[in-house]
Amino acid sequence: MHRPDYPQLLIASDHSLLVRFGTEIDLSLHQSVRRLTHSLLSEKPRWFTNIHPAYASVLVTFDPRITELPEIRRRISRHLEQLHSVELPQPRCVEVPVVYGGEFGPDLRDVASHCRLSVEEVIQMHVSDHYLVYFLGFSPGFAYMGGLSPLLATPRLAAPRTRVPAGSVAIGGKQTGIYPVVSPGGWRIIGRTPLGLFDPKRDPPTHLQIGDEVMFRQISEEEFRSFFSSPDRSDRSELT
Amino acid sequence: MNAITVSSPGFLTTIQDLGRFGHAHLGVSQAGAADTIALRMGNLLLGNPENTPALEMTLVGGAFTFSSDCPIAITGANFSPIIDGHSVPLWTTVEIKAGQTVAFGAAKAGVRAYLCIRGELNVPRHLGSASTHVLSGIGGLSGRALQKGDELSYAPLDPIPYHLYRVVSASVLRELGPRTNLRVTPASEWESFTDEALGLFYSSSYEISEESNRVGLRLRGPTLKRTVQTDILTEGVSTGTIQVPPNGQPIILSIEHPTTGGYPRIASVISADLSSIGQLRPRDEITFELVDLTAAQDARRAQEALIGHRSLIAL
Repeated sequence: MHRPDYPQLLIASDHSLLVRFGTEIDLSLHQSVRRLTHSLLSEKPRWFTNIHPAYASVLVTFDPRITELPEIRRRISRHLEQLHSVELPQPRCVEVPVVYGGEFGPDLRDVASHCRLSVEEVIQMHVSDHYLVYFLGFSPGFAYMGGLSPLLATPRLAAPRTRVPAGSVAIGGKQTGIYPVVSPGGWRIIGRTPLGLFDPKRDPPTHLQIGDEVMFRQISEEEFRSFFSSPDRSDRSELT
Repeated sequence: MNAITVSSPGFLTTIQDLGRFGHAHLGVSQAGAADTIALRMGNLLLGNPENTPALEMTLVGGAFTFSSDCPIAITGANFSPIIDGHSVPLWTTVEIKAGQTVAFGAAKAGVRAYLCIRGELNVPRHLGSASTHVLSGIGGLSGRALQKGDELSYAPLDPIPYHLYRVVSASVLRELGPRTNLRVTPASEWESFTDEALGLFYSSSYEISEESNRVGLRLRGPTLKRTVQTDILTEGVSTGTIQVPPNGQPIILSIEHPTTGGYPRIASVISADLSSIGQLRPRDEITFELVDLTAAQDARRAQEALIGHRSLIAL
């Protein structure tokens, strides 16, 4: 079978163009996504309205009142030609404190029984791995993370919850993620972080960024509650 | 102080400008007015910059009391607005006097009306926009819909002399009016649908379901099948993207859509028809018409030519 040549520039609509580097979750494709995103975001003035990075693609939307498709295609091609020379910022390692189980992680027991593990084993496995933020999408600051142990993979809920509390740490299939704002959601909630992951008044407004390495650290309910009484609760827990 | 008091908020009234751009890579959706043509025309009538925030009402309007004289313009769907028992015309400059209340009823057709005021509402800009995104609690008044008793202060501009009051010409309004025949171009997974599904897609009518809002419109109609049932890797989506989840019933994404999605995309609504999405209500019947990119571009240019001072006539 003929394998299409990547990257592909696909017309997604009369106001958006999709750059596809591939169709799988893969570290080298992620690097290309991150480079193109970084390169496009450094453009000033901006000739696009939004950049939507994902696992292996970047959607570029534009205002057709200002620029039209052929011009956008030319500009993106120029970025693609110089992709190898894009210098990315050093990846950050971000620690996320989590209280597991109980009222904060109502699905922890179900995840454990699905995976035929004890609750303690699930927590130990979840905190011992490093996770990569492939991209932020879906809702403000929602990080799509890879690196979950296959032993913890658990299918999504049959019926999504209508209201998932902000900070909920969850497992959905082979992925793990954190709900930054209250939203509906179908992933299994195993814990909650006291960190504010999205604040439009902060710069940058999201706690996690594309390309970050994330580690979870187990905390107690007392630590969770005291987090909110500390003077600077938006304090970042960066390790590097 | 110049203020608008919310005597009754209506079903869902939010502050919206033309949207929040440049933050999709952080997962932030554009939000903004669902019918941008109505908002732009309202601001044009008042001599405001076109991105000036206004109140967007949904299905059932509210009642708003002004503390001082202020030129206003009401655009979008007709919610039968009244001031002191007199009905207020739409798509024109009107003066509301200090102490008067403009009260809206329910929309007979369409979904959204805009109450635009001359001047600027004093609301903070979050990530460059005053638009309310209710789900994430950003923008507008504390990131939420308006409630009874809310006070919105505003910075007035000079009053408009009466001889500069304008109305949008009736012929322009007819041309700019919402469409139920949405023009589309093929999207990424178009070719993965069966020939039968593609035929059904642009020959059948679809009904807007009750589970429709600013995030998206869920449709009811012929089931659209794909030749393969492979999962799609999550990718970026934009306003007007038509996704088809496994149940085969299409969803049109509206301005508060998630920034990425994992359902196959069959087609995309063209830019010129995006405002129409904001006026479609449950049980409306719509059809899709496949056009090419040149036609999409021509439609947008023709529409843009109508959104300007030339379309306004003196009262």
